[in-house]
Amino acid sequence: MYGERAALSHATFEVPLGTVCGFVGPNGSGKTTTMRMLLGLITPSGGTGEILGHSIKHPEKYLPRVGAMIEGPAFYPALSGRENLNYLATLGGFSTDHTQGLLEQVGLGDRAKSKYKTYSLGMKQRLGIAAALLPNPQLLMLDEPTNGLDPEGIQEVRDLLRTLANNGTSVFVSSHLLSELEIISDYLVMLRKGEVVFTGKINDLLHAQQPIIIAKGQNESDLDTLLSIARSAGHHATIRDGALHVEGPKEWAAILNKAAFDAGITLLQLTPQLPNLEETFFEMTGEK
Amino acid sequence: MWRVAFAELRKLRRPTLFLGTMGAVVFFSALFSSLLFLLIDSPQGNSDRGRVVGRAVLGLATGGVQGFSSVGGFLGIIALCVFAAQTAQEYTYGTLRNLLVRQPGRLRILLGKFVAMKLFALVMIFLAAIVSIGASVILAPGAKVSTDLWFGPDGRQAILTTFVNVIISVIGFGTIGMVLGLLLRSPISAISIGVLWLLIVENLLIAVKNSLQDWLPGAQLSAIASGGTPRGSAQSIEYSHALLVGGIYVAVAVTIASFLFVRRDVAN
Repeated sequence: MYGERAALSHATFEVPLGTVCGFVGPNGSGKTTTMRMLLGLITPSGGTGEILGHSIKHPEKYLPRVGAMIEGPAFYPALSGRENLNYLATLGGFSTDHTQGLLEQVGLGDRAKSKYKTYSLGMKQRLGIAAALLPNPQLLMLDEPTNGLDPEGIQEVRDLLRTLANNGTSVFVSSHLLSELEIISDYLVMLRKGEVVFTGKINDLLHAQQPIIIAKGQNESDLDTLLSIARSAGHHATIRDGALHVEGPKEWAAILNKAAFDAGITLLQLTPQLPNLEETFFEMTGEK
Repeated sequence: MWRVAFAELRKLRRPTLFLGTMGAVVFFSALFSSLLFLLIDSPQGNSDRGRVVGRAVLGLATGGVQGFSSVGGFLGIIALCVFAAQTAQEYTYGTLRNLLVRQPGRLRILLGKFVAMKLFALVMIFLAAIVSIGASVILAPGAKVSTDLWFGPDGRQAILTTFVNVIISVIGFGTIGMVLGLLLRSPISAISIGVLWLLIVENLLIAVKNSLQDWLPGAQLSAIASGGTPRGSAQSIEYSHALLVGGIYVAVAVTIASFLFVRRDVAN
């Protein structure tokens, strides 16, 4: 609770072990609050939770097997990347022998001795991920891990998370880059205003959505005719990005094709497709 | 707790902090002790706030540690700043959440940090003792002060007693700094409020009403360092009184700060 306002309520979800679970929701939906609770940083006013078989009331029982980066990387600016990792390794009772290897794993091997304050945002982010990997975690919780990374860095993080999950680590990752999450996640938890609106396999979510047929005529003026054809057939249709978007079963694409032909329109594009995660997210959260 | 302490020492030993602080300790310890001997005949006095410490006093068994006990209060201010900064910066850098994820036992974190900073303060005090006593030994002959009693049985006892008193005082000041760091969560606020209170507010209050010096925390801790006589005071504070009142202040502050640290959410 923040004053009278519940930051999170009715948030019931499970994350299967050994999967990459995306955690999405609009700003202020309670993602970071949830992560803070799971990491023992704040105490929930009610409810229960378990991580790796232990109640979240006793974070000391599971945190040694959990790696986390929450609300961006935070380190001591006057210490080098390696010194910062050594600090956390000593604190957590882990060997400092592996810190150089971790730095190399996240692409910071050659900057290990540079002070943290000289790092770029992307390098800081990489160090945060290295710190989260320190305990060789069974569960990895990352809040916006690709912030500040260039496309190559995003690809590397994506590959790293996939590899970790393939090796049995459960990855719980929040990101506003829904296209990234769609690529790497097996599982999804979607929040809206502190409540879970979806939890389950990402494929189940996407396949449950109404397919969209995207159509484009030879001329831009054809779009209005196509729109009226779709609407008169009882389908919800809109014109976006110079193309007609029609909600309906993919079989209706053939009917639209024939109707367009009958109206003297030559179609340049006719693509039935499932909505992507971003479109589904907007649909489910009511966000624009 | 020890893991936290060892980790914290990694931070405290970084050259800028360690050498910078120890450099200040060496400079001021040498300065305080040197002035005692170099200004021994000055009508303006040779100790803090124009106090005169004559040859007869400096020639006693306690003469060798006069400079060291004078610098004790100053070491306390340094300790307050270091303890406050090292504690509060966990909030400003946002690193506290890293610490709590790796060590969820909040009291252990607090104790571990305290132990590490105490070790840092011990090095500081030990260095100050060596420098100030060393400077006294070097400058005493030139000021025609006898050092015969300084290293006799009473002299050694005086060194030990002063060393222990300075430790208690400095740790007390440091603890108050740590408490301010925890409560204010900003190094600048914690240090400025702590230093302003100790150097200005307390002195103003004592100037207005002298009897207040028996009850103000900074005066008690300074009195402990000097074995019962606060620096520049018109009347003395008994050592046992200073120990009791200073101890109560520190204990109450530690209890409140620990309670808040354990219970408070780490929201950013």
